[in-house]
Amino acid sequence: MSQPIIQMKSIEKHFGAVIALAGVSVDIYPGECHCLLGDNGAGKSTFIKTMSGVHKPTKGEILFEGQPMNFAVPRDAMNAGIATVHQHLAMIPLMSVSRNFFMGNEPVKKIAGIPFFDHEYANEVTMAEMRKMGINLRGPDQAVGTLSGGERQTVAIARAVHFGAKVLILDEPTSALGVRQTSNVLATIDKVRKQGIAVVFITHNVRHALAVGDRFTVLNRGSTYGTATRGDVTPEELQDLMAGGQELATLEGSLGGTV
Amino acid sequence: MSTSTPSAAGDERIKERSRLRNALVRPELGGICGTVLVFTFFLLTAADSGMFSPTGFLNWGTVSAQFAIIAVGACLLMIAGEFDLSVGSMIGFAGMSIAILGVTFGLPIWLAIVITFVLCTLIGGLSGYIVVKTGLPSFIVTLAFLFILRGFTIFLPQLIERKTIIGGISDAAEGDWLAPLFGGKVLNGLFVWLGDAGLIETFSRGSRQGQPVVDGVPMLVIWALLLIIFGHILLTRTRFGNWIFAAGGDAEAARNSGVPVDRVKILMFMFTAFCATVFATCQVMEFGSAGADRGLLKEFEAIIAVVIGGALLTGGYGSVIGAALGALIFGVVQQGLFFAGVESSLFRVFLGVILLMAVILNTYIRRLITGEK
Repeated sequence: MSQPIIQMKSIEKHFGAVIALAGVSVDIYPGECHCLLGDNGAGKSTFIKTMSGVHKPTKGEILFEGQPMNFAVPRDAMNAGIATVHQHLAMIPLMSVSRNFFMGNEPVKKIAGIPFFDHEYANEVTMAEMRKMGINLRGPDQAVGTLSGGERQTVAIARAVHFGAKVLILDEPTSALGVRQTSNVLATIDKVRKQGIAVVFITHNVRHALAVGDRFTVLNRGSTYGTATRGDVTPEELQDLMAGGQELATLEGSLGGTV
Repeated sequence: MSTSTPSAAGDERIKERSRLRNALVRPELGGICGTVLVFTFFLLTAADSGMFSPTGFLNWGTVSAQFAIIAVGACLLMIAGEFDLSVGSMIGFAGMSIAILGVTFGLPIWLAIVITFVLCTLIGGLSGYIVVKTGLPSFIVTLAFLFILRGFTIFLPQLIERKTIIGGISDAAEGDWLAPLFGGKVLNGLFVWLGDAGLIETFSRGSRQGQPVVDGVPMLVIWALLLIIFGHILLTRTRFGNWIFAAGGDAEAARNSGVPVDRVKILMFMFTAFCATVFATCQVMEFGSAGADRGLLKEFEAIIAVVIGGALLTGGYGSVIGAALGALIFGVVQQGLFFAGVESSLFRVFLGVILLMAVILNTYIRRLITGEK
């Protein structure tokens, strides 16, 4: 692997008296799927918000393509190529897929000097991009509301990729999905990674992480135990790291090792 | 139907949809059905009452155009996810502003009109700004403006002229270059020609003998058509139109995608105020006076026309053409009941019933679109 696209160096983030992140360091490389694991409250969300320019770190340094990164607003991060697909999707159910796809980035065609929304181009691109991701739309004017949760995630991912994302941050994309839909999203992540885009995949499901992840970073109570590479770590180890070991081990015993 | 469509794009889980069903899932459906229904009804019951003669046409056409002007503004605002309950008060306020500036203060009418447009659009912008910045429901903010503006509309003329109706605007507007743009009529020559050719009736006696009974299309109708075309193109064919849908569909999601939601909403409040001012100016030029009670309940009529036209009260969905059809239904029924000799208070009963039906139909259509259960 070449140079990391994002380097997060000993990031600390304090909210008043609460230490959300206590010195986390992670490198993200192009073309890898970097899984960020952690239980609720581990600091995953704070960490990716720092990465995408929503929060400024209290201490620590972020390098983007080797340069110190200083984004004032999330929009700057988006323009630089860091795209976040939120848990609460940036999709509007009543609008068509193609209108959603180009929301905020509408293509225009000038007729007599007046810029008009270029529906023809938008529809064509949307259909092509969706076909690439393996989703067959009835038509570009199909409302997003008729798509399944997994398909919506895929539209959001395809949109980010189309608009030149270099780093794609996925905030628990599989948490509310069924088995079939989850595998669709995981397959999409794999396709995106193969295009040389860095994927940061946030999840608290070890199996989902192991299915596509190249490297794994576990966050626990605001700090990390370092990054493990695929093959060096077993699902059980990851699970233990996430839960902080002790308690879950006891729990797991009483549940017969099914968690 | 993977067997009937063997292409790679076929997906067996997506059922082919009939064209009929696709046509059903359009915001204008309710408006189109209503229009057909209403015209059929009056063609059967009031055809010989002169409702469809040139004068009758002009009569309900003008009333429909009045509704359409305020409905276009209300429609775009509703799709952007907000209401404006101050439209009626804004109409009264704008009319009074023109009368006070033009008659009492003696400004040229064109200047009075321009100042009023700027003032009212800014007030619309202010209520939009308050809605966006405080996050309060637009229902409450514009309800406040309903009372504030109406209060001023009654107070100011009493303070200045000791009366609530200011007349003399026709005299003041004599020879003005801007006033005919709101109060005049166009295509006069066409109607004279039609009258001479015997295609429409002419006065058979009196001082206007030989002239056609309809002497032109009021500018009000032209304004309505222009606003409908403008609104429709803005909504469906521009990127700003996409932002209007997005702002009303889910403001947070739209912001995440980089849509300037606040700007869109404030601009739509300003546009609604602009439409109300157009209405007021046309009315003042036609009547030659401004009254403190003008525009009462117009906000609800605008909202009803928009809802009949298929827009969702929750925002994010609707159509300007639908709203225009809603206004047409409104005008035709209001005047048609008069032509048919029905007690006019029944108009309100009809309004209530059709509003209820429209909302039920819209909810059903929304489920069809989003596939909700």
